Amino acid sequence: MAFDPLLLSRIQWAWVISWHILLPAFTVGLASYIALLEGLSFATGNPAWLRASTFWTGIFAVSFGMGVVSGIVMPFQFGTNWARFSDATANVLSPMMAYEDLMAFFLEASFLGVLLFGRHLVPPWAHFVSAIMVAIGTLFSSFWILSVNSWMQTPAGFSRGEDGRFFPADWLQIVFNPSFPFRLAHTVTAFYITTGFVVLGVGAYLVRRAEPGSEPRLMMRMALALLAVLVPLQMLIGDMHGLNTREHQPAKLAAIEGRYDTAAPAPLTLIGWPDDAAAIMRYAIEVPRLGSLVLTHSWDGEIRGLKEWPADQRPPVAFPFFGFRVMVGIAFAMLAVVIAGLVLWRRGRLFETGWYLRLCQWFAPLGFVAVLAGWITTEVGRQPWTVYGHLRTEHSVSPSLTGADVALSLAAYGIVYLIMFPAGIAVMIGRIRAGLSLRAEPRDPVEGLQSRAPVKAPPPAAE
Amino acid sequence: MFDFLPIWIVILGLAVFFYVLLDGFDLGVGILYGFAPAEDRPLLMNSIAPIWDGNETWLILGGVGLLAVFPLAYAIIIPAVYFPILLMLLALVFRGVAFEFQFKNPAIRRLWRWGFCLGSVLATLAQGFVLGAFVQGFRVKGRDFAGTSFDWLTPFAATTGVALLLGYALLGAGWLVLKTEGHLQDWARRMGRICLLGVLAAIAVVSLWTPLADPAVAARWFSWPNVAFLAPVPVLTALAALAAWRALNGWGPDAGPFLWAMLLFLLSYLGIAISLWPYIVPRQVTVWEAASSQGTQAFLLIGTLFLLPVIAVYSSWSYWVFRGKVRGDVGYH
Ligand code: HDD
Ligand code: HEM
Ligand code: HEM
Repeated sequence: MAFDPLLLSRIQWAWVISWHILLPAFTVGLASYIALLEGLSFATGNPAWLRASTFWTGIFAVSFGMGVVSGIVMPFQFGTNWARFSDATANVLSPMMAYEDLMAFFLEASFLGVLLFGRHLVPPWAHFVSAIMVAIGTLFSSFWILSVNSWMQTPAGFSRGEDGRFFPADWLQIVFNPSFPFRLAHTVTAFYITTGFVVLGVGAYLVRRAEPGSEPRLMMRMALALLAVLVPLQMLIGDMHGLNTREHQPAKLAAIEGRYDTAAPAPLTLIGWPDDAAAIMRYAIEVPRLGSLVLTHSWDGEIRGLKEWPADQRPPVAFPFFGFRVMVGIAFAMLAVVIAGLVLWRRGRLFETGWYLRLCQWFAPLGFVAVLAGWITTEVGRQPWTVYGHLRTEHSVSPSLTGADVALSLAAYGIVYLIMFPAGIAVMIGRIRAGLSLRAEPRDPVEGLQSRAPVKAPPPAAE
Repeated sequence: MFDFLPIWIVILGLAVFFYVLLDGFDLGVGILYGFAPAEDRPLLMNSIAPIWDGNETWLILGGVGLLAVFPLAYAIIIPAVYFPILLMLLALVFRGVAFEFQFKNPAIRRLWRWGFCLGSVLATLAQGFVLGAFVQGFRVKGRDFAGTSFDWLTPFAATTGVALLLGYALLGAGWLVLKTEGHLQDWARRMGRICLLGVLAAIAVVSLWTPLADPAVAARWFSWPNVAFLAPVPVLTALAALAAWRALNGWGPDAGPFLWAMLLFLLSYLGIAISLWPYIVPRQVTVWEAASSQGTQAFLLIGTLFLLPVIAVYSSWSYWVFRGKVRGDVGYH
């Protein structure tokens, strides 16, 4: 049986990056939250903040570790499977990736050690500063990697050599390419929302099982307050992001809308079954004129259909079409949960309403689903290009690879990730179950590591 | 226009070397983990728990730096060592998460601890294979690697794989001498001596093998006047080995074995660089042919020259916070 190295490399990329993105989606938000808790603890001296911070730091450590190891896989993927892409784009993209490492990863890694193990080794302010540095590191990282990705979506500021390679012409245009501000805002907000729902859900779980102390309630209130601002804001940013896509990647927008024929005014297709071969949307349920209203902010604006592009320049419709609907559906459901929470809070029944607490628990993982759905919309909608309009995906893959090579590596990534990630999730759930009280003294056995400090023996490994 | 390439060669050379030293010793601790007395094993892990992440960040800098400064070399070499890279990445996955995976169930916990050790061994072996394949060179056509994904599997690469295992273990032993005391330190000294003998044998084999296999390397080292200029490299290597041996036997401060082992690495690294210069893909692509555009190098250099000293300051600080001994003579209850 012959395997197609291109298709398998695409599946492998999608597999490794989808797992990776789940961790930044959590750690970017959680790092900021921990820095906030550390700051409150430092400023007020109230032990509740310290306990909450310690609790979340234990969970953060696990997700950060998984983020790092799954992240190290990523830059090597460019070389192993996408060598043609690397050769063609390195002059433009590589400095941004190098800056991510120099500005973000070193910062995170160095201060993480102090954040996790150093509470008693450095003065309280230095511990607080370490928490801030880790949080800033995660944001720098998002900045640079999203700039790289956005340039692939909406390339700008470059020239092309005779052999087709990309060369830098204007760094400001490259870094701040047209879709970057929207993507950065939308993605970082998404990360904060994702973390917010996890904190809300975990808080609700701890309230339900009557965990002593005020911390679970504090967590729920903080999360709700944040989400009340961010969820509506995210919808606004998402709308602006969509307008930007319409301008710069019209074929992707047509796929998101499921629109094969150009129309003005255009209806909004709520749901349907896209058929790329016949280029029609089957079983479509449409609302007249709404598409024009949402996307052009006018009654009869035009939306271009996929038939305006030759068949070999159209993205497959199903992934962007359904991915987008999942993301937006979740957004509206989140809004409902937040409004309900605010109403209950107003009435002073937030912590007594059993169904609502359970609902919060159910919503804890939904941010991750929305993030993945959004990215699948974005990335599959960019096809068949890796650099939109310039470099095709089939010209990006490493020429030396055979189908069997990639089948083997994909199987290896499949097996290892299916062992590692569920195990990591189990560890995190275990730490949540253990609750706040158990971890009052953070990671004491490992802390210190010095003979001058009061020496404590680490726990025996296995026995 | 000003040529930035020499500066970049120094920076990238240092980044790769730092990676080898830093992750080298913590991978080495992972390799020795399997041989350590059972009750001391958690201590071995603790001695590197706060710093391993920072050390691996140098690996990313090495990879991304190669992409940034020598994109053509990156596009040729990385696909050529597809499987060693795969093995290294997956091994690092197991090794990295083991630090945080504290399971209640002792059987599962033991499994992850062994994953930590095996991950360290396999990651090192894979890097050794990459090194060997790199020294031997790759088949190139146009701007692409033209061989198969199994070209790297050669006896020479297997030799460098074993050599790197011994070398990292030597660094790890040096680190443990520095960080422990009592019976654990004695044990680390013993392991260090065994590794040192192995490393010296490996250096000798590789130093004979490369000039015999490649006349260009032989000419580089043995032609006049090179021989006079380059003679210090093997002489210094012999002296460093002697000093390391004595330090492992208790001569001088506890940092001695670690520092001498680092010097041995530096000399071997220089030896390889001398053999291969000016190629970045041996005998195929020179550093000038593979270099990225001036604009790329300049844009990255501005920030790098500012950021590297800053990184040096705060990462030294985080090492400083965790200075001192991890006690090896504490009882367990
Ligand atoms: C919690 C997560 C989350 C939520 C609630 C939303 N999004 Fe989103 N969306 C993302 C998380 C996300 C994302 C994963 O972060 C993406 C992928 C790439 C990107 O830039 O952001 C994304 C992409 C993305 C794109 C594709 C842009 C492109 O690739 O060109 C559009 C048009 C929208 N979003 C629009 C919306 C709208 C109108 C929303 C609400 C009504 C919405 N998103 C809610
Ligand atoms: C982090 C969240 C991301 C997710 C979940 C994601 C997901 C995906 C998916 C599903 C594809 C396959 C599209 C297809 O084959 O139809 C893809 C393609 C691709 N993405 Fe992303 N992506 C993400 C971010 C990024 C970033 C930040 C970069 C660049 C720095 C990037 C670079 C690429 C490249 C080079 C491809 C082309 C290879 C291919 O088509 O499979 N992606 N991505
Ligand atoms: C939207 C896309 C991405 C974002 C926002 C992002 C963000 C992050 C963050 C915040 C970390 C720190 C560890 C953690 O918090 O889990 C991280 C780790 C990492 N990411 Fe990503 N990442 C993305 C995609 C990618 C891609 C496409 C690559 C490959 C070029 C990559 C390479 C890495 C590496 C190498 C690490 C390890 C860093 C360390 O050692 O500290 N990431 N990423």
